Amino acid sequence: MSVVQEREYDYVEGAAAGAVRGVPPVIAPGHTFETVNDKISGVILTKRTPIGWFLGFAIAFAFLMLLNLTIGKLLMEGIGIWGNNVPVGWAFDIINFVWWIGIGHAGTLISAILLLFRQQWRTSINRFAEAMTLFAVACAAMFPLLHTGRPWLAAYWLFPYPNTMGLWPQFRSPLIWDVFAVSTYGTVSALFWFTGLVPDMATLRDRAQSKAGRIIFGMLSLGWRGSARHWQRYEMAYLLLAGISTPLVLSVHTIVSFDFAVSVLPGWHATIFPPYFVAGAIYSGFAMVLTLAVPLRKFYGLEDFITMRHIHNMTKVMLVTGMIVAYGYANEAFFAWYSANPYEGYMMLNRMTGPYAPFYWSLIAINAAMIQLFWFRKVRNNIPLLFVLSLLVNVGMWLERFIIIVTSLHRDFLPSSWDMYAPTRWDFAMFAGTIGLFLSLFFLFIRFLPALAMFEMRTIVPEAKLQPEHHG
Amino acid sequence: MADVMAHTDSSPALHGLMAEFETPTALVSAAERARLAGYRHMDAYSPIPIEELNEALGLRRTRLPMLVLLGGIVGGMSGYALEYWSQTMAYPLNIGGRPFHSWPHFIPVTFETTVLGAALSAFVGMWALNKLPMPYHPVFNVPAFVRASRDRFFLCIETTDPRFDRHATAQFLQSLHPVGVTEVAQ
Repeated sequence: MSVVQEREYDYVEGAAAGAVRGVPPVIAPGHTFETVNDKISGVILTKRTPIGWFLGFAIAFAFLMLLNLTIGKLLMEGIGIWGNNVPVGWAFDIINFVWWIGIGHAGTLISAILLLFRQQWRTSINRFAEAMTLFAVACAAMFPLLHTGRPWLAAYWLFPYPNTMGLWPQFRSPLIWDVFAVSTYGTVSALFWFTGLVPDMATLRDRAQSKAGRIIFGMLSLGWRGSARHWQRYEMAYLLLAGISTPLVLSVHTIVSFDFAVSVLPGWHATIFPPYFVAGAIYSGFAMVLTLAVPLRKFYGLEDFITMRHIHNMTKVMLVTGMIVAYGYANEAFFAWYSANPYEGYMMLNRMTGPYAPFYWSLIAINAAMIQLFWFRKVRNNIPLLFVLSLLVNVGMWLERFIIIVTSLHRDFLPSSWDMYAPTRWDFAMFAGTIGLFLSLFFLFIRFLPALAMFEMRTIVPEAKLQPEHHG
Repeated sequence: MADVMAHTDSSPALHGLMAEFETPTALVSAAERARLAGYRHMDAYSPIPIEELNEALGLRRTRLPMLVLLGGIVGGMSGYALEYWSQTMAYPLNIGGRPFHSWPHFIPVTFETTVLGAALSAFVGMWALNKLPMPYHPVFNVPAFVRASRDRFFLCIETTDPRFDRHATAQFLQSLHPVGVTEVAQ
């Protein structure tokens, strides 16, 4: 028996996966290697850029300039331009940090965890989800760096390097764990992403009409020639990177949650935090993938590749992780009561009925109640509605971090030190600015790099399937 | 268009002979038959990874997993060593009366450096074992090879193979029903 025959059954999940009744396929029928190449590389290898792209990029870029302005102001005047002050020493900086880093987690989940679980639908969304991860990590990293006020002076207590003062970081602090977690996460995500891009760069090199295109993509392709020996090591490296990234992504948000959970503050000091944060991260990240996928597939006509199957699966992941998050809320409330600790009890009461209660109930309305809509097939099929819901989910997850951070800090053990927190315009400017940075990077990415992984898409067209041989 | 140019003995030094196929199935069975015919110095080129080619070409398992394991171990040990040395010897600080060597606090960073070491060795190791980046390779001399990254499949038997013979090998490749057979200039 030849190796070809043994392989046959492996591929029933393949392009014909849509054969299952009622489940849309992961790729529309009728595609071949070249139609996939044409569709995906056509976006890049064209002289014409859609006017909508310029419009979108201009808006994003304006917000990026706002970020520059804010950073300039911050570096000149110090972090006093922000609204946080004792007792709320942490506010927008950490809220936005956690929000952005959480969004990034879906990219790694799609590229690594779904690969290990052999979820074929990941193939058409992994590339731009990974890009989303990288850009979200870049936005997240802005906040802890800039909240030091003078980042160039902060290096010695953030990073372990032999400095002239003979000082070393304090490794018992979760904030240092965070530095290691986030920098490792950023590095590994970038390696994973670049590795995935190399075979696609070779395709672009071979398809490029212009000399500049051939040279640039040629260099980025590293001379990739599709050798079987290379593919063997490549696939192994890809699998290993996925295996490594899986515990990594779980550790990152676990460590982010340690920033809070390792303290002794009511509302932060809770053992539910690591799983609750990881679920929240994946929940908000999938919402962002959906927010990006809906316009992407619409404007670039990628409905064949990002099918209803992907949309359905993403909403289902959001439903599951959203319910874990809702369980986390219930758990927090339960422990506030069950601990019989007056400070814990008051923290919860203050969240539910205190000055920030409208935010608390909004996040409950979104993250616990609204997501129940995802149970309905009608909702899962309604793309404009899903787009709105995905935006709301990210609002909900932002509010969650706001509530966790601000309500725990503003009224602590000693009523004489209670105070209210309100962000300043510069807080909002910086947040909006990072959204501008994120979107600017994303616009550049979809214009100049393949937003869908061409070589992986090629593996799911019917042509890629090995045919059994009909000889002795 | 199945032209064999193997008869031009005055042609420049050869890297090998390359056959072009339309489907992954044809490539896999061609590679398998070439191996059964005794050829060893050969390589297949395809726009998608084909697991069956490893067996068809008789490729050995890659050493990459071992490298990644070592990278992870070195990364983890370095991380822990850095923490141990900096917290107990170079710059001991009393944090809430905890021992200087408070190992549970050192685990998160150890974990992250383990991951970093493993990931870096997977990345660097894979490209190094593949000898990439390599800007020039003889296979790019074949005009049809631009489709190797798009939709065509190639098998190249190299001149270094002891059984390589310009005429016999070309004839053998022709017998595999390729789209075409081409000489690959060095």
